[in-house]
Amino acid sequence: MSAKQKIVVVGNGMVGHHFVDEMAKHEGYEITVLSAEDRLAYDRVHLSEYFAGKTAEDLALTTPEHYNELGVKFFTDAKVTNINKALKTVSTETGEKYEYDKLVLATGSYPFVPPIPGKEREHCLVYRTIDDLDAIQASANLGKVGVVVGGGLLGLEAANALKELGLQTHVVEFAPQLMGVQLDKDGGELLRNMIESIGVQVHTQKATQEIIDGEDCVHRMVFADGTHLETDLILFSAGIRPYDNLARDFDLQIGERGGIVVNNECLTSDEHIYAIGECALWNNFIYGLVAPGYTMAKVAADNILGGEQQFTGADMSTKLKLMGMDVGSIGDAHARTAGAQSYTYFNQPDDVYKKIVVSADGKTLIGAVLVGDTSEYDSLLQYALNEIELPEHPDSLILPSSGEKPTLGVDALPDTATICSCLNVTKGDIIASIDAGACDVAGVKSCTKATTGCGGCAALVKTVTDHELEKRGVEVSTDLCEHFAYSRIELFHIVKAEKIRNFDTLIEKHGCGIGCEICKPAVGSILSSVWNDYILKEDHLPLQDTNDTYLGNMQKDGTYSIVPRMPGGEVTPERLIVIGEVAKEYNLYTKVTGGQRIDLFGARIDQLPDIWERLIAAGMETGHAYGKSLRTVKSCVGSTWCRYGVQDSMAMAIDLENRYKGLRSPHKIKFAVSGCTRECAEAQSKDIGVIATENGWNLYVSGNGGMKPRHGDLFATDLDDETLVKYIDRYLMFYVRTADRLTRTSVWLDNLEGGLEYMQKIVIDDHLGINDELEKQMEEVVATYQCEWKTTIEDPKQLKRFRQFVNSKAIDANIEFVTEREQIRPARGAEKSYKGVQIHSIDLNKREVEPA
Amino acid sequence: MTIEKQWQTICHKEDLVKNSGVCALLANEEQIAIFQVKDEVLTVGNWDPIGKANVLYRGLIGDCKGDIYVASPLYKQRFGLHSGKCLDDDTVAIKTYDTRLQNDEVQVLV
Repeated sequence: MSAKQKIVVVGNGMVGHHFVDEMAKHEGYEITVLSAEDRLAYDRVHLSEYFAGKTAEDLALTTPEHYNELGVKFFTDAKVTNINKALKTVSTETGEKYEYDKLVLATGSYPFVPPIPGKEREHCLVYRTIDDLDAIQASANLGKVGVVVGGGLLGLEAANALKELGLQTHVVEFAPQLMGVQLDKDGGELLRNMIESIGVQVHTQKATQEIIDGEDCVHRMVFADGTHLETDLILFSAGIRPYDNLARDFDLQIGERGGIVVNNECLTSDEHIYAIGECALWNNFIYGLVAPGYTMAKVAADNILGGEQQFTGADMSTKLKLMGMDVGSIGDAHARTAGAQSYTYFNQPDDVYKKIVVSADGKTLIGAVLVGDTSEYDSLLQYALNEIELPEHPDSLILPSSGEKPTLGVDALPDTATICSCLNVTKGDIIASIDAGACDVAGVKSCTKATTGCGGCAALVKTVTDHELEKRGVEVSTDLCEHFAYSRIELFHIVKAEKIRNFDTLIEKHGCGIGCEICKPAVGSILSSVWNDYILKEDHLPLQDTNDTYLGNMQKDGTYSIVPRMPGGEVTPERLIVIGEVAKEYNLYTKVTGGQRIDLFGARIDQLPDIWERLIAAGMETGHAYGKSLRTVKSCVGSTWCRYGVQDSMAMAIDLENRYKGLRSPHKIKFAVSGCTRECAEAQSKDIGVIATENGWNLYVSGNGGMKPRHGDLFATDLDDETLVKYIDRYLMFYVRTADRLTRTSVWLDNLEGGLEYMQKIVIDDHLGINDELEKQMEEVVATYQCEWKTTIEDPKQLKRFRQFVNSKAIDANIEFVTEREQIRPARGAEKSYKGVQIHSIDLNKREVEPA
Repeated sequence: MTIEKQWQTICHKEDLVKNSGVCALLANEEQIAIFQVKDEVLTVGNWDPIGKANVLYRGLIGDCKGDIYVASPLYKQRFGLHSGKCLDDDTVAIKTYDTRLQNDEVQVLV
């Protein structure tokens, strides 16, 4: 058995840490981290947020606990001062010695401080570590004016920090423009104007000659052109230099201007020593960004593991917000490539500058500069990185949208397209994470680490993730179905706002196709809730589910069951006799339901109108047992009969049932009213539960029995009759407006942001100021109630539909009953004489194509 | 021996229900479901091979990317009205019938 390979990592900056994270995923390695700083890795990219209130803990990329979990040994305040290449050991300032099989140098860089006389003065600082920030803060507290030397990306970040600290801030730059690496002259000029407009003074083409005592401030900076500037604090941010002294001292190859020379495997001139990040010099270039460093970390880890990954350079494109200003730069921003051509859009009034640089043949994007508006950065970067062919007029990519603007769909991106450049996450990686089970952006993030670097790719990661999920049929959108790109709530508002009264108008204006079994009933329900028309009107009929279409509950053999309304479960003997007579005459199976009423089963479609004619003649009406609407209000007899009842629950139940009967809603609604706290009506398991108290009524909401029982929430206590009804009006109408299709009040409330308290604020405190409207809408529904069966039997055209055959008075031979416990039940298999239709085994391949 | 198919008049156009279905009985006791979808009249067998009942004419009409279907009122499986194929279970299909309107009479080829 071979011992674990020893890996020693010198430096625990962002890149060193990334290497550890990569390496620790694999068994068989003993990793030791030696850090000269007194804390473990933290996020230097977001360093300026330290002044905006973030703590060192917020910025930390890891914790001792995390490293312990990974089995990584680590030592802070452990500055390595010696490498013995022959013995393969390193030792620290304090003399500790560590053996290695592979050594990884991730020592990073330090801020370059120009050799200006006076640079060692007090309050002359740099901007690199959390310790630096503490020093800057301390100095800033003593002064009023701050100067940053260096107008590059980091310099401007530092200037932002000084401004945040309340200093009067100046930027002094040697070159003629700001951010000369990333921006062209015009872009730099605009950025300067914008920065000056928020009160930061910019001085370009200034070479500092010396720093001496100031008259009004601590320092005076004397420039080569004879001018001077007084300040209390000077921050040097004039570039970085690699920490390469270890390599220098112990004979690793060093570049002419510094940097530890590495090859494509990130190996130094010693075959057991790697260098990664800002201390490494690859192809005579030092990458001062975190993304290439991460790539190097990956490559080094892969090579130690025996892989063959290569570092082949990195894209230096960048997008950031500097003092609130959006700045982006891609590739060849200066159009230095031979034959390169540029397109420029410069909008001075709005402070927007955009330039794209295209190849000589005009086919590919090779560079871009964006100042003031970086909204096109992501697509432009994808065009550039993936060499996607440009549209005929490339300038359309940056011109303000005046209608059609070519957008780069994520589908156009190849799987190799880099989405998160910091962590080098490709579109393929995101797809792989979704294949592995990630089902939302959060899952993709935790799996791939995408967006956890600079965060600039968040929008793109979301788009790619959503797109991929959609391709797999995962419901990421709230679209009702393929015919409507709207949620039920949105459609509800459209119907109401545009006063749309039928499905055809709605789908013509806002949808596509002819609809389906999802959107049709949903829209039918919305139209009913809003307009409360007769649901079998010619326009509405094709929208209803079969139960609504024939105003009955279809059973497995195609017959229907019939439920007359019995408010509160109360029924007169006369009506009970009529029900009995009808059941007997039509030979219907008869059963008492859980909702305190009577269900008659086994009625053929052609029998329904006759049966209802009889029931209606006896004073009964439809029970809406077939509808997504109010079903029943269950009740006990209450104070009228019961020795314990404290209120007349029976009367209340009947009033409530009569008020809300016929209300079409996203799903069925059940009520109950109990006459005392013994709760015989089981009101706490109902959508609306009312329980009598000595002083009035307690209102419970969103209870449910069924598959997923939910105890109702106490909504309000001791209400009088009028307030109770008002609250129920508002609660139900708000549910009808905002719930998704087929969502009961229980699930709806659980999913509602703010939950019960929010609903209480709306209903009781009129938090949204819509209570009048909710009540009015309910009032309209109540006022337009009709018994659908009464309307139906009075309409000969409707009656025509209630038959099995348009061309025969025969009945469906498949409907057969046998007797069980003195009543009918549907015949099963062998009990049947009807053998169905003999077409069950059609060979699909041999079928002719049916003409339309 | 094959019997030549013939156009048989089933009912009047007025008997159809717009964007919904009706049912008719053929001489051989087969039940057919006739749907009027926009300007088209389409006929399939009325037997739901999954729910095992003569109910398809009571289903909702929809389209899946333009393919017109009826969704069974019992368990919601969708059957293409042109192809007869079940969109949710490719081992199942229903019969389809050529249909035409002749002087406002609905005729089916049987």
